[in-house]
Amino acid sequence: MSYLRSSFRHPHAQKNKLGYTQANYEGALSTLCAGCGHDSISNSIINACFELSLEPHKIAKMSGIGCSSKTPAYFLSNSHGFNSVHGRMPSVTTGANMGNRDLTYIGVSGDGDTASIGMGQFMHLVRRNLNMVYIVMNNGVYGLTKGQDSATADLGSASKKGVPNMYEPMDLCELAISLGSGYVARSFSGDKDQLVPLIKGAIKHNGFALIDCISPCVTFNNNPQSTKSYEWVRDHKEATGKFDLVPEAAEIQVQNPNELTESIQLHDGTTLNLHRQPDSLDITCRESVLSALEEAKQNQQVLTGLLHLNTNSKDTHDIINTSSKPLNQMSESELCPGSDILESINASLR
Amino acid sequence: MRIEAVNDFVIRFANVNGTGSASANNMFSKAVFRMGVPVSPKNIFPSNIQGLPTWFEVRVTEKGFLGSRGDVDFVVAINGQTMREDYESLVPGGYFMYDSTKALPRDFKRDDVIEIGLPLTELVIEHYTNPRQRQLFKNIIYVGALAYLFDMEFEVLTNMVKDQFAKKEKLIPPNIQALELGYNYAKTHYTETCGLRVHRRDNVGDFIMIDGNAAAALGAIYGGATFVGWYPITPSTSVVEAFEKYAKKYRIDPETGENKFAILQAEDELAAIGMAIGANWNGARAFTATSGPGVSLMSEFLGLAYFAEIPVVLMDIQRSGPSTGMPTRTQQSDIISAAYASHGDTKHVLLIPCDPAECFEMSAAAFDLADHLQTPVILMSDLDLGMNDHMSRPFKWDDERKYDRGKVLTAEDLENMTERWGRYRDVDGDGIGYRTYPGTHPTKGSYFTRGSSHDEYAAYTEDSGAYEDNMQRLVLKWETAKSLVPKPQIKFRDKDAKIAAIFYGTTTQASYEALDGLQEDGIKINTCRIKSFPFHPDIKDFIEQHETIFVIEQNRDAQMRTLLINEFNVGTERLRSILNIDGMPIRARRIKRKIERMLNGEQVNPFTTAHSSGQEVEA
Repeated sequence: MSYLRSSFRHPHAQKNKLGYTQANYEGALSTLCAGCGHDSISNSIINACFELSLEPHKIAKMSGIGCSSKTPAYFLSNSHGFNSVHGRMPSVTTGANMGNRDLTYIGVSGDGDTASIGMGQFMHLVRRNLNMVYIVMNNGVYGLTKGQDSATADLGSASKKGVPNMYEPMDLCELAISLGSGYVARSFSGDKDQLVPLIKGAIKHNGFALIDCISPCVTFNNNPQSTKSYEWVRDHKEATGKFDLVPEAAEIQVQNPNELTESIQLHDGTTLNLHRQPDSLDITCRESVLSALEEAKQNQQVLTGLLHLNTNSKDTHDIINTSSKPLNQMSESELCPGSDILESINASLR
Repeated sequence: MRIEAVNDFVIRFANVNGTGSASANNMFSKAVFRMGVPVSPKNIFPSNIQGLPTWFEVRVTEKGFLGSRGDVDFVVAINGQTMREDYESLVPGGYFMYDSTKALPRDFKRDDVIEIGLPLTELVIEHYTNPRQRQLFKNIIYVGALAYLFDMEFEVLTNMVKDQFAKKEKLIPPNIQALELGYNYAKTHYTETCGLRVHRRDNVGDFIMIDGNAAAALGAIYGGATFVGWYPITPSTSVVEAFEKYAKKYRIDPETGENKFAILQAEDELAAIGMAIGANWNGARAFTATSGPGVSLMSEFLGLAYFAEIPVVLMDIQRSGPSTGMPTRTQQSDIISAAYASHGDTKHVLLIPCDPAECFEMSAAAFDLADHLQTPVILMSDLDLGMNDHMSRPFKWDDERKYDRGKVLTAEDLENMTERWGRYRDVDGDGIGYRTYPGTHPTKGSYFTRGSSHDEYAAYTEDSGAYEDNMQRLVLKWETAKSLVPKPQIKFRDKDAKIAAIFYGTTTQASYEALDGLQEDGIKINTCRIKSFPFHPDIKDFIEQHETIFVIEQNRDAQMRTLLINEFNVGTERLRSILNIDGMPIRARRIKRKIERMLNGEQVNPFTTAHSSGQEVEA
């Protein structure tokens, strides 16, 4: 268990637009190892949902199996959660979203759950552009089964067992970008300042949003030979830029004269302001992002931040023209053609 | 001696697949139906797109025996590859129609077969120029010839052409011309040759003709299914294709143009059922359709839905297994794998239709049952029922009918609740808890759905007592299911009879026919048609009332018999199997012969299996 939480809350804790404090977004106590990166990500999810003033019960928490997939129990207690089967969270979330398009879907998965057993479902989820946030708590190792390498472990990286990984790693961000995802980010569980805005942007994005979040496993993969350790990631990460979300009608902040700021309108009217160095990466161009990712790897760097953004993508419902009224709210009168039509069908079959 | 019969014979068309023969053969079959004569067509096709042998068997049956009879009286042999086999398959006194543009091989010299040569190739070359038309019209020409030979009403056929091409009028005259070419050729050359007749009767009543898959799809439309996740697999694909066809017709909002349904072709069967489960979790009725290999892949998810108690409807259109098996041949061989699908202690509700009307009814009922019981419900159809047209009672729907959504709490229910709510608490004593849909209430009713062990409040637990209580509650729910699933159809021909038969699904029609035949010979056999699992207690009583019970089914391992013994712990000695595993629908004549020999005390194996020659084989 990573920490004990006091039930005491500051009587004047800050409230959001709904009048909720952050406590309204908390979950049960975590049972993960003390210092696990996943707990920090859970807290960032809590912060993001609080700051966006989302109704917790209008969020569905989806996961597969593994340490990461346990975390939905540790945030948003007033949301329904679905801890499905290993690697199959994408299909369950797809169906759930088809059944009720009005909820916000936050999927949490791990590198084993996504990059190995769930790879097929993950890729097809991306190409259908399901409207959801997909967070990979990526530690390069299987925790619950005690320390086997996962498919995102870097070539040559060694976990606690000390045997260097012999196989090429999967880069989930590159995959998602090439499969057409309109929102792809990489972050680090230890960088809340970067992660919280990324989660907020992902929730606001219409379509599939991936956050591949490096999240060190303190028990099995936090040793000096590992490229998924706290130390290594801190020393090697490079950000593409920063961004903030500006709700409609908000005052424009004074810009840093040394930065280039691009304002991008999101689906629901929110503006996303991207701040970057003039000579840095243009994240709206997927070819440049893919080569930047490859280049960073060659330089032993981890490129973080929002890696790719395309706000013009159509989500699954747009593609298949589903009713704007959620399917789970339709009654007999809207769904059943009735006996007269059945009689005419009978007649056509004689 | 030639066979002579009015409205009672079997004709088999031997074609090459991909040549348009199926629509011509269907036209013949539908024409018989429209003349008021019951008919049963069976398409026997290869797992291939073009160029391999395919057969289409039509049984003309004034008495309304819709199962497969066995034996062939008339062959239309259009496929050179199988000509010898088709020639040999005829019963003595049968008719052999062939393309006489080329003479028959010299060693085709059965003297008990009546040969009818039609110069099909010659006729199409003479009358049509387009190569594709030449191929297609060959089929229509033989239909025209059959109309003469069987003394059918020619106008029924020409009207069918007019109906079929109502939107492509240009095609009507050449089709009618082809029918006439055949008709006139037969009239000129075979005036007194054929002793088979199709004469108008009034024996089809208000029956309809449709395949089971379309009927099941329509049942899903009426039953309120809004989402389908699926992966193409023969013979289930046409369920989803039909669902889409009907949904596009009846489920598009006329004002907005938006779909009141969603269909996603998944990447595999695992994803297909995962999607269906996700939608049902959210309270949208959803299903998937598959066949044996898909059931294997879906097993893990079926276990999740069983244990986490999420409704889902699965349509299993069975085919010949194991593994890939014979993908385009029929079988009832997923009974055990569906009933107990998934690891751990699991059991699933099965519904077993025997005709399209039941496909429709049980499909719609499956959604109510799944919601009521919060568990998977599997519709056990098969290739024979799913992909062949069958004569069936018409579909019926009561407009007052409300969907049974089961125990679902609204925001108001949650608001007024005085006790602490537990998702898996059995407050009513029927083993079924109250569920909530996500998004119902801001602070009440949220819970964590999981396939790991959970207590009454859906919290993770490794407490032995909590685990066991939950598992035992699921048994109680299973008991509740017994009172909700369709009862068996039990028919007593003689209250004192000690001999009985049990059968289900597509074994039904041929079994009834065989038993009718035995009754004519003075042997009365009582029957029980199983329509669902868990088994109704009446089935146990039925077994105990009889000394010898033939369990007739279409798989090698006597799966239903095993399931009965396993669930009821009843007499293995009394349950005697009659089995068919040649991939063809089980035939009435062979069931009858087998029962006769068994009752005679002969030591015979349970298989009604045949070689392509059509002869019964005994081990």
